[in-house]
Amino acid sequence: MLPDHAVALDTWSVISLWTAIAVYALAFIAYAVDLARRSEASVRMKDRRAELVAAGGGSALAEEPAGGDPAVPHNPVMARIGTTLTWIAFLLHLAAAVMRGIGAGRVPWSNMYEFAMMGTLLVTGVYLGVLFWKDLRYLGAFMTGLVTVLLGASSMFYVEITPLMDPLKSVWLVIHVFVASLATAFLALGFALSVLQLLQARRERRAVEDESLATKKSLLRTLPSAEALEGLAYRFAIVGFIFWTFTLIAGSIWAQDAWGRYWGFDTKEVWTFIIWVLYAGYIHARATRGWQGTRSAWLSIVGFVAVLFNFTIVNMFFEGLHAYSGLE
Amino acid sequence: MSNSRSDLTQNSSADPRRPDDHVDASPQPVTQPKLSLVGWLRWAWRQLTSMRTALVLLLLLAVAAIPGSIFPQRMANPNGVTQWESDNPDLFPVLDALQLFDVYSSAWFSAIYLLLFVSLIGCILPRTKHHLGALRSRPPRTPARLARLADHRVEEAEDADPARAIELAEKRLKRQGYRTERYDQGGSLSVSAERGYLRETGNLVFHASLVGILVAVGVGGQFAYTGQSVITEGTTFVNSLLNYSSMNKGRLVADDALAPYAMTLDSFDVTYVPAGENGAGQAGDFSANVTVRDASGEESEDAVRVNHPLHVYGDAIYLLGNGYAPTIVVRDADGEIIYNESVPFLPQDSNMTSLGVVKIPDGLDEQMGLVGFFYPTQYELASGAFSSAYGDLVNPVLTLNVYVGDLGIDDGTPRSVYTLDPTGMEQLTGGETGTDSIELSPGETMDLPNGQGTVEFVDETPEGADPAEVGYTESVKRYVSLQVHHDASTIWVLTFAILAVLGLLTALFIPRRRIWVKVTPHGSGATIEYAGLARGEDPAIARAVDALADQHGRDLRAG
Ligand code: HEM
Repeated sequence: MLPDHAVALDTWSVISLWTAIAVYALAFIAYAVDLARRSEASVRMKDRRAELVAAGGGSALAEEPAGGDPAVPHNPVMARIGTTLTWIAFLLHLAAAVMRGIGAGRVPWSNMYEFAMMGTLLVTGVYLGVLFWKDLRYLGAFMTGLVTVLLGASSMFYVEITPLMDPLKSVWLVIHVFVASLATAFLALGFALSVLQLLQARRERRAVEDESLATKKSLLRTLPSAEALEGLAYRFAIVGFIFWTFTLIAGSIWAQDAWGRYWGFDTKEVWTFIIWVLYAGYIHARATRGWQGTRSAWLSIVGFVAVLFNFTIVNMFFEGLHAYSGLE
Repeated sequence: MSNSRSDLTQNSSADPRRPDDHVDASPQPVTQPKLSLVGWLRWAWRQLTSMRTALVLLLLLAVAAIPGSIFPQRMANPNGVTQWESDNPDLFPVLDALQLFDVYSSAWFSAIYLLLFVSLIGCILPRTKHHLGALRSRPPRTPARLARLADHRVEEAEDADPARAIELAEKRLKRQGYRTERYDQGGSLSVSAERGYLRETGNLVFHASLVGILVAVGVGGQFAYTGQSVITEGTTFVNSLLNYSSMNKGRLVADDALAPYAMTLDSFDVTYVPAGENGAGQAGDFSANVTVRDASGEESEDAVRVNHPLHVYGDAIYLLGNGYAPTIVVRDADGEIIYNESVPFLPQDSNMTSLGVVKIPDGLDEQMGLVGFFYPTQYELASGAFSSAYGDLVNPVLTLNVYVGDLGIDDGTPRSVYTLDPTGMEQLTGGETGTDSIELSPGETMDLPNGQGTVEFVDETPEGADPAEVGYTESVKRYVSLQVHHDASTIWVLTFAILAVLGLLTALFIPRRRIWVKVTPHGSGATIEYAGLARGEDPAIARAVDALADQHGRDLRAG
């Protein structure tokens, strides 16, 4: 039976969540302004370069540092505001999840609404955690944008707190879904970096063909080189892949207990498998001659599109045993 | 780039072996295959075991798995296939011929994964052989010009004793888990160090475990069986082939594979969320309480619950479903009992409106069939039709429509016990007949049409129960449908899966690196060079070289 205060807590949870969505949107704006400023800064960098080139006579392209120029005259105040707002949104978001969990008397990830809330919470959490290690604030606009959209859409899935169905009463619910969300968070970062890698690679390629482009205004010029982005994307993807492998195994163990077989080609199982194979392909591609760089980046992108597809379309429209979205 | 793969040093015997088109392999000259059979075979084998083929097959596998999530699959959802067929009668034969309803056992899907695994085995066998050798190999010679390496650092050490300096460096590296070798030449002393052989071991363990999983699944399936049976409260199921309502078994399951035990369903528990709460009417906490008796008569009590299968004699027993089994007694015109059974009714909705059939082939003038609806909590819709408002037994009502004629079971045609084929039968009550359906509460009896006899809906409430307390809640027996599953390979699949994860972690996170320290004496001191080379993805190598240089400097100063 549900705790007495379930309804009240759920109401506060919803309020907190909507506040979080609003703050995420603000964070997105701040980050977007920061990106625009980066683009501006790249023009000033051009001026500086031009001086350097005039003085040293070297080619502008050769001067460009591979790992982003620490001396780029870019004032990251908007990025700092963006990150602060993201932290505030994250804490509100966390509060929403915790209240929902206490209200329900169980972990808050057992229907589609709660999966969306939990998944995006972890996406933000991983992003904020990664910032301690590396300055990836240029991904901030993408991450907060993604979370705002997904959370906003999750309101479509809203359901009241109801008691768990029997098959969901399992420790594997706690483990399997949590790890899947964690994997998604890392794969999302890998995806964002792969997209940037593609854009960067295109710019670098063009710059070689047409030197005037090398100094053109572009925020990409303030970002690391395509090769560095690729390395980063790969590192996030392999962490995500390992969590995904774990999701697959934990899901099988649970299926063995709940449905009497560890694997039955249920739609959700199939898509989890497809995603796993796609990322195995991506990892291979990175080690295959002729597939490094742009080609492998596409695989990382396709992989993450499959992750999103699996969470949205497959949950809502495909038939299967994983009928736990809580939607009619 | 400090973390890129490098072709600076030639592939040595200590390096992992790689397919020709791997980024770390030295490029092979593109050779035309020799126009002999062996030449062609060798060429074909090289293609099959290349990285590119593995990659393409992986992508193909992903794409080929998609249709199975779009079309219903016979394996997972046979009813869905039947439904699809009746919805698209024209398209069905075409898609069926393409095996789109059996994707995961189809010829094309099997071809892809079998090729992938042949490629995989062809890939890992030579690599394993090579790696076993590499595990015993010594770190390679120190390159002549360390300065060419990306991660390189030079320190001047005045007053340093070169011999001691190199010794200290070797000791430091050993302590960090490196395998070391001294190479002194041309007046300089050097130590060559390598670590991370486990990276390749992990990769091989991972890939080999995938083969292990496939083999375990394939072999295990031959010895596995899955059966379904229905047990009503108070009755006993004896584990033999005859007593299963359906049974799937692998080709190599022996006739006497079924363990001799019997299982009685003592009671079935379920709770319902009361009206007025969120999720009202939702059923849960199912528990089939059973007594298991082995061949020697030893008894033990246990329960089968969702997520908690019961493990007995190597079988795992699962709770698949449950329902009501109203006890129906039919008497002929003389009052003789000609039928007395608890009949499992199939639930039709979440409030347990249930449908069941009674077939009485003998004892009356004509064969009789009763098609019944059971409503645990009956209420009347505006249309006058009945429905159930709640899953528990609050106001149980049984309605029966009577058919007489030929049940169609005498010629041996298999018929489902849950459906009645009305062709060749005459309907006597309900529907268009103008006669009301028979409508019974527990304990009631009514006459059959045309004075053929009576039918009773037996009240199963135990004697001595206080009616004020239990009401109708125990008036109808429940049944469970159980699945008995036997598959000894599960544990192997799990073992290989865990090995695969461990291998993966090792392969992706243990860095494989070479470090060199070279001491070149001059005058009173020495120049000390530190250099590192990553083998495969290794973002931290530059830091490792720096840390070594710092530590070594401290070691030297410490005396
Ligand atoms: C069942 C299909 C396969 C799957 C799911 C798979 C998966 C993976 C994964 C996840 C990795 C990265 C982890 C590691 O380094 O151990 C990897 C690496 C590797 N795989 Fe596979 N693999 C498959 C088949 C193959 C085949 C057929 C070959 C041989 C052609 C192969 C050769 C390699 C090699 C050489 C690496 C190391 C890549 C590197 O240097 O980073 N794999 N594989």
